[in-house]
Amino acid sequence: MLELNNLTAGYGSFQALFSVNLEVKDGEAIAVIGPNGAGKTTLLRTISGMLPVQSGNLSMEGTSLKDVPPYRIIDLGIAHVPENRRLFPSMSIEDNLRMGAFTPNARPHYEERLDFIFNLFPRLKERRSQIAGTLSGGEQQMCAIGRALMSSPKLLLMDEPSAGLAPVIVNQVFQLVQQIRDQGLTVLIVEQNIEQVLQIVDRAYLMEVGSIKISGKAGELIQSESLRKAYVGL
Amino acid sequence: MTRFSKFTALFLLAAVPFLDLPDYYMHVLILILIWGFVYTGWSIMGRFGLVSLGHGAFLGIGGYTVGMLWNFYGITPWLGIPIALILATIVALIVGYPCFQFRIIGHYFALVTLALAEVVRLVIIGMRDYTGGSLGMTPQRYGEGMSVYAFQFVEKDYFYVIVLLSWVFGIWVWNLVDGSMARYSMEAISDDEDASASVGINVTREKLKITILSAWLTAFGGVLYGQYQMYLNPDTIAGISVSLQIVFASIVGGMYVALGPTVGAVITILLSESLRILVGVELAGLDGTIYGIMLILFIIFLPRGILGSGWAKPLEILRFPKDKPG
Amino acid sequence: MIFDIFLVEAIINGILFGGVLALLALGLNLVFGVVDVVWICYAELVMVGMYSIYWGNNHFGLPLVICVVIAIFAVALLGFLIHFLVIRPILGTPPINQLLVTGGLLFFMQSLATLLFTGDFRNLGLHLPVLELAEMYISFSRLIAFVTALLAMVALYMFLKRTYLGAAIRAISQDREVVVLMGVNPQRVYLVASALGGGLAGLGAALLILQYDVHPLIGISFGPITFMICVLGGLGNMIGGFIAAFVMSQLISLGGFFLETEWGYVIAFVFFIIMMFIRPQGLFGNRS
Ligand SMILES: Nc1ncnc2c1ncn2[C@@H]1O[C@H](COP(=O)(O)OP(=O)(O)OP(=O)(O)O)[C@@H](O)[C@H]1O
Ligand SMILES: [Mg+2]
Repeated sequence: MLELNNLTAGYGSFQALFSVNLEVKDGEAIAVIGPNGAGKTTLLRTISGMLPVQSGNLSMEGTSLKDVPPYRIIDLGIAHVPENRRLFPSMSIEDNLRMGAFTPNARPHYEERLDFIFNLFPRLKERRSQIAGTLSGGEQQMCAIGRALMSSPKLLLMDEPSAGLAPVIVNQVFQLVQQIRDQGLTVLIVEQNIEQVLQIVDRAYLMEVGSIKISGKAGELIQSESLRKAYVGL
Repeated sequence: MTRFSKFTALFLLAAVPFLDLPDYYMHVLILILIWGFVYTGWSIMGRFGLVSLGHGAFLGIGGYTVGMLWNFYGITPWLGIPIALILATIVALIVGYPCFQFRIIGHYFALVTLALAEVVRLVIIGMRDYTGGSLGMTPQRYGEGMSVYAFQFVEKDYFYVIVLLSWVFGIWVWNLVDGSMARYSMEAISDDEDASASVGINVTREKLKITILSAWLTAFGGVLYGQYQMYLNPDTIAGISVSLQIVFASIVGGMYVALGPTVGAVITILLSESLRILVGVELAGLDGTIYGIMLILFIIFLPRGILGSGWAKPLEILRFPKDKPG
Repeated sequence: MIFDIFLVEAIINGILFGGVLALLALGLNLVFGVVDVVWICYAELVMVGMYSIYWGNNHFGLPLVICVVIAIFAVALLGFLIHFLVIRPILGTPPINQLLVTGGLLFFMQSLATLLFTGDFRNLGLHLPVLELAEMYISFSRLIAFVTALLAMVALYMFLKRTYLGAAIRAISQDREVVVLMGVNPQRVYLVASALGGGLAGLGAALLILQYDVHPLIGISFGPITFMICVLGGLGNMIGGFIAAFVMSQLISLGGFFLETEWGYVIAFVFFIIMMFIRPQGLFGNRS
């Protein structure tokens, strides 16, 4: 579904990704893990067009994303739950979700998607007119995921959905990711919570200073020596 | 610009009164020097990112204080000028101190100062019983209008010498600020306030110094303008229009170069004067229209002004050498 | 206490004046909130609108209503062009450049108006009745202006609240990066907001020409007060701007009642400067 070939990207003269190769197949759940500053967020931002590609290629279902303007990426079925959630803080939950269905393709399905999301997150339904900035961290994360799901994406990019949440809520978030992929959605998730994320994905990539160091089946990676070495205490 | 060419230029400027030029040319030259002086005064702070849209306030304070003290109490401008400068200092402090203390920067600073300019203009209009309001006011003529005591010189040659000296002084101050310690700290300030604060630079104090200096020059410019024209009007000497005029001419000339603001004065005054001669007064507004378009193009394509831009290499000789200490 | 009928009249006039100011502040705030640029020439757009109405009515003899509609669209187009031609090329440069470039536009529009229409004061020659209400005199044109401004603001509110584009306008002022992920093309929203801001200035022009003569410098009378209202309400904060408009108009009206009109403005501006020091984020903003 998503294919990255020798992808290079960065901020101005600072290069953050060094020829990254990565593939996400239809229906898979993939994790990208790695230490702080490895370039995981940069990777997701490049995929969704927030950062320009410097060299290399990336394509979604065979269409190259390189010349697609950033605001058209969502039309190709890619939705992005950004790092730190990035809700519109002074808008209500419902308005935030409405923004998720902004594209002309998504608008006709607004009601039906809203039902779907309220089903997934009953809490959001209860608080639909609450201002997003006043929600708890967990609720905000739900709202952010809900917002991304509003466009009925094929591929969901998630950037550290468990960051800053209490352990109980973290478990809920991972359950939710499981639930989402059970519905047939392809997921590319960036996580620091390595142990937990490896239990719900099929494959994973380990990223360090801008390039992929190891990749493989989630089950094998858990056993991997080098991963253990890199993350003492696992 | 070498020391030699600097002195040659000064000598030539000083020789102008002996050329017996027609009054009109002297008039244009005097206007250029007065406004060049005012714009230079503005750019002392403008170049450090303190973009004030309120310098009309100081212009008005200068002109009206001296004019009113003279008209109502017969106080000589020689005393009126220091009083005007003190008033300008007070206003600069009242507005500047909180602004810098509370880190009001960028367009907030611009808008606060703009409010100040309007306050001064409206106060002048509001005190119409004393200032003549929008109709303006005329400093009373002293004798034949030629008097050192009254700071009045109908003879343009004399006034020319005064404004020339003032202008040279303004450029000298500009260079002084440019070369002094203040320059280095201020440039640090406009780039990164927190960094310079942590290096131990008292940001507020440095900014205030520059602001007061700039206010003095501008207020004195207002005095010169008033005593030269022998007429003061709140709309031309205070308020938003003249404040913007000051900013824009400095930008056009280039506020990062000592002679930039003066070049701005030359360009804007020659533009309006030549258009007036070419097309006559019946097309009032034409100069402003062209000038407005010029400004827009300048800010888009040449934000560092004519003298500050790379393509103006031929004009490079007009820049003073940068002999940085250390 | 003696019930001072003139004082009440001044207060009512202040409220009515506040309506138009609120409308203008709303337009300016809309542009600022979305594009993040203060149009210092906003009141000059109003001036252009006033001239369009005057010209259409006086020169071509068009009915006033048609003139108003034309003016709204003309100024909306002007707002669109300002963004497209002038602001867009310098969006990435320091904010002060963007402020200054609109100052260049201010000069341009003022001078062009002088060139085309001379400096004369012009009006439509309308004579709208003055309402007498319990011994108070209230100008009918002010009342129309107030009611229309309120209706326009309600309409704008509905637009922002009920439509996708409106939601995008609100969203972009809160996070201009993330909206792109939702398929919003910021450049288009900027243009829409600029056109809307222009349209509101056009409507403001229609309301002001009922009460004031138009001349090339009329913008100076409304410009500074309008953006001070916006800053006071918290730049980009439309509700704050709405309330600030009535605070400022009340200061002007009462200052004018007790002293003279200029002093009303002086009080309002001094109030603004002081408030900037006490609450730099605006009356209703949160410190960012
Ligand atoms: N806007 C930016 N400008 C310049 N450099 C940036 C920017 N954002 C990130 N970087 C740099 O790019 C590199 C990769 O950052 P990135 O945010 O992608 O890391 P990450 O793997 O997501 O880290 P974390 O786990 O802490 O979120 C870092 O060295 C970072 O400093
Ligand atoms: Mg990250």
